[in-house]
Amino acid sequence: MLGRLSLLFLFLFAGGCAEPPWNNPYPAEQDTASIIYDHFAERPKHLDPVRSYSSNEYLFIGQIYEPPLQYHFLKRPYELIPLTAAEMPTVTFLDAAGNVLPEDTSAEKVAWSIYRITLQPGIKFQPHPAFARNEQGDFLYHNLTEEDLEDIRTLDDFEQTGTRELVADDYVYQIKRMAHPTTHSPIASLMAEYIVGMRELSAELRKQSTPADKHYIDLRNFSMQGVRVIDRYTYEIKLRGKYPQFIYWLSMSFFAPMPWEADRFYSQPGMEEKNITLDWYPVGTGPFMLTENNPNLRMVLERNPNFHGERYPSEGEPEDEEKGFLVDAGKSLPFVEKAIYSLEKESIPAWNKFLQGYYDTSGITSDSFDQAVQLGAQGDVQLTEEMQRKGMKLLTAVTTSTYYMGFNMLDDVIGGYSDRAKYLRQAISIAVDYEEYISIFANGRGLPAQGPIPPGIFGSKEGKAGINPVVYEWDEARNKPRRKSIEVARELMIKAGYPGGRDEKTGKQLILYFDTTGGGPGSKALLDWLSKQFRKLGIQLVIRSTDYNRFQEKMLKGTAQIFQWGWNADYPDPENFLFLLYGPNGKVEHKGENAANYNNPEFNALFEKMKNMDNGLQRQAVIDKMIAIAREDAPWLWGWHPVAFSLHHKWYSNAKPNLMANNTLKYKRVDPVMRSAKRKAWNQPVLWPLKWVVLLFLLFMIPAVLIWWRKERATAL
Amino acid sequence: MMAYILRRILYAIPILIGVNVLTFVLFFVVNSPDDMARMQLGQKRVTEEAIQNWKAERGYDKPLLWNAEAEGLDKVTDTIFFKKSIRLFLFDFGRSDSGRDISSDIQQRMWPSLAIAIPGLIVGLLVNISFALLIAFFRGTYLDISGVVLCVILMSISSLFYIIAGQYLVGKLMNLVPISGYDTGFEAIKFLILPVLVGLVSGIGSGTRWYRTIFLEEIGKDYVRTARSKGLSERLIMFRHVLKNAMIPILTGVVVILPLLFMGSLITESFFGIPGLGSYTLDAINSQDFAIVRSMVFLGSVLYIIGLLLTDISYTLVDPRVRLS
Repeated sequence: MLGRLSLLFLFLFAGGCAEPPWNNPYPAEQDTASIIYDHFAERPKHLDPVRSYSSNEYLFIGQIYEPPLQYHFLKRPYELIPLTAAEMPTVTFLDAAGNVLPEDTSAEKVAWSIYRITLQPGIKFQPHPAFARNEQGDFLYHNLTEEDLEDIRTLDDFEQTGTRELVADDYVYQIKRMAHPTTHSPIASLMAEYIVGMRELSAELRKQSTPADKHYIDLRNFSMQGVRVIDRYTYEIKLRGKYPQFIYWLSMSFFAPMPWEADRFYSQPGMEEKNITLDWYPVGTGPFMLTENNPNLRMVLERNPNFHGERYPSEGEPEDEEKGFLVDAGKSLPFVEKAIYSLEKESIPAWNKFLQGYYDTSGITSDSFDQAVQLGAQGDVQLTEEMQRKGMKLLTAVTTSTYYMGFNMLDDVIGGYSDRAKYLRQAISIAVDYEEYISIFANGRGLPAQGPIPPGIFGSKEGKAGINPVVYEWDEARNKPRRKSIEVARELMIKAGYPGGRDEKTGKQLILYFDTTGGGPGSKALLDWLSKQFRKLGIQLVIRSTDYNRFQEKMLKGTAQIFQWGWNADYPDPENFLFLLYGPNGKVEHKGENAANYNNPEFNALFEKMKNMDNGLQRQAVIDKMIAIAREDAPWLWGWHPVAFSLHHKWYSNAKPNLMANNTLKYKRVDPVMRSAKRKAWNQPVLWPLKWVVLLFLLFMIPAVLIWWRKERATAL
Repeated sequence: MMAYILRRILYAIPILIGVNVLTFVLFFVVNSPDDMARMQLGQKRVTEEAIQNWKAERGYDKPLLWNAEAEGLDKVTDTIFFKKSIRLFLFDFGRSDSGRDISSDIQQRMWPSLAIAIPGLIVGLLVNISFALLIAFFRGTYLDISGVVLCVILMSISSLFYIIAGQYLVGKLMNLVPISGYDTGFEAIKFLILPVLVGLVSGIGSGTRWYRTIFLEEIGKDYVRTARSKGLSERLIMFRHVLKNAMIPILTGVVVILPLLFMGSLITESFFGIPGLGSYTLDAINSQDFAIVRSMVFLGSVLYIIGLLLTDISYTLVDPRVRLS
């Protein structure tokens, strides 16, 4: 009886699953297929390469679109290498008269820079209906009528597909798209400062297409002075002045090719109403193509049959061979046929599915940290026994990000450049113990920042030479920086005119305001901790919690006093961090990214000099000066640089973290046979609790039957 | 009855206008069109020009409720409220602020919501009614008391706890079903078992208590006493007479929620990764997509009004004494 009931339960639970594991979220036929399984938490907003600008979008389009350059997968410091380009771009500097200048010409003499990019021939786009032609050579789907679209629901409903060779025109077309106001490219205004003719084209296109009327405009009919096609495979981009960071932008999807056929195809009337847009269905030349785009459920990338081919790198860092990152050297890419990304909005189910083997990799959230990682006797990080037993691997990497606490330099109390304000900020910089913060709130996954530039990026220094002397002193015995004592901070408070945290003129306690978006129970511990840090100096910290919109408004108006902010690198160059402190980039006055509104003329002058310099001793010397000035002025509490922890299963290889590259899926490899065996071993159904449930039910039924029996035989009186 | 239905439909129009105004005001108290533009355009390197362009493209560059600069009727009609609201009454939801067609998204996403809601409703009704009937049958005994206590305990636990515990016990420890996810066709069944089970367990306390109350009310009526005096067994009285008569309030209670099944569940869909309308609404709120929020609130209101109307009609169908006038 018990067995039969258990079987009934099993049938209900298994829901048609035949072979264990029953909790497998994937179809049985995928069991030993060469597929990578991963998850994403936030649906991508845009897949149009001219618009996409966030990591959750790059996860997909990075594998589809191919800009001319890419980052070397293994080498550090990060190094750019050709992707679709045949070789690295040649850069020619010209003076105002158009004369060619030597390569080492200083920035002020350079009037124009010309980047010439030559593509590899024979690269083809993925199969796509935009390229489909009939026997006469006419495009099949470029003049669709309402009737033609009647039965079309998705891109897959178009029966025919085609392809064509990638040419220089496709890259030029994309740069023109960037200039189009209705594409809302986030870097359009930045690029318009440099690319010659971009601003003019933008103005012309604005006249052609009003915001409310976005009809198709064939951008091939428009010219941009600074961008021209030299031959089928070569194009040039002309920039104003010298802009060495431009080369990094050439590795980002903003500069990926866009075939005019795709733009034309998606712009047809009726397509947008069916949600068939370029923002939803990308068209690229990369190793993968998006075959399922359901960001509310899953995104599926499949190998592009037209991929031009690429080889796994044969060189890397010295330890890469030992770590197994060079096992596949020289082999043809990509290694997997498919990658399935499932939406997991909540971290707990995602983590549990990773432990069951249904995801190949996982980050480590605070919820799962103790289960995954433990600190060794020497403070070293190692996996817990459970993770080691499962054969998991842990990889860590200091991110190219910085999280800081900023002081609004426009504020009367905390801002400004007087000694009083400077000493006050310096005192707070010492008092707020970021070592403690990282230990409590980030499980030790971070490095206290010594300045704005994260480790691993040119300009950042390690060891004694790299410490911030305003906040730290060097501990010779432990060979690491040591935060200055609170007494030093208190002395600075006296110099600032706030002995014991009280205004020496009025005797009133100094009250400062921390503006934040996090005011819920989840942030209470952090905010309490922060208040405690300020109390060390006798300062009362008032928390002003608000929603994100109001916070943004305060930042734009400059009414916030102290705030937290962060920045992820666009490219591995110090300019991308130091520009956060550049005066003409101030948030209030110029709506820029300098949230602290720091504006030191000396720093600004050095920034203008540094940004156009090539990496070398001279540039390092300028950066050192800039950082010294900023440390002294202390517009930020320098905060911390997060260390990313990621786990992956034994069957997943070539997992070396590359924080700049967005196209690393092609290097990843899985052993699906091992994965299948492990999944089966880890997910055998556990049935005994069901028997207990049935038993408990029966136990409950005994008194019920007895009472029923009594009731049925009871008399009315 | 037709006159009654027509009158109710006409009553619905001012209600829907009111709901629309309220949604509009509440949304724009918290978010400005600039905030919405910033949210859609991203956080990095957003220029003022891009914000203005975005607003102009989507019609958010107009005044909210009153256009002082316009002439005549345009003072009212040339506003964000009017432009965005009037088409709703024709069920033309337009495009989301991120550019997707809302009607198409709703059509696509209502099926996963229904896939959980319909089995959840049917299984929940069967189990809750069965338990309630059993407890009512054993009324006054320690089984009744312990059943009610158990129901109160079950009601007191957060639904989030049931979800996490269900995923942990059934999905992770027992390995019986996937922890989360969704698929189409028959493959969906294995993903639906756990959310339906969790929905059942989390609703069993309140459901059973509610139906028990209905049954106890029926048991106290004269016809039950008459049946008992005629010598009918307690079992026959409960299952043949009480259950049948208690079905009137049960049925009408169910009819009112039937249209709302389309709207999905915010938390369940989010935790189980089910791409239904509940998570659609939640995503829209998080991304400040007013077009979707407005459409979903409007749709919810319409469905609620339909539910109430169906309830009234169902009364007349199951109880001949009731007449709509």
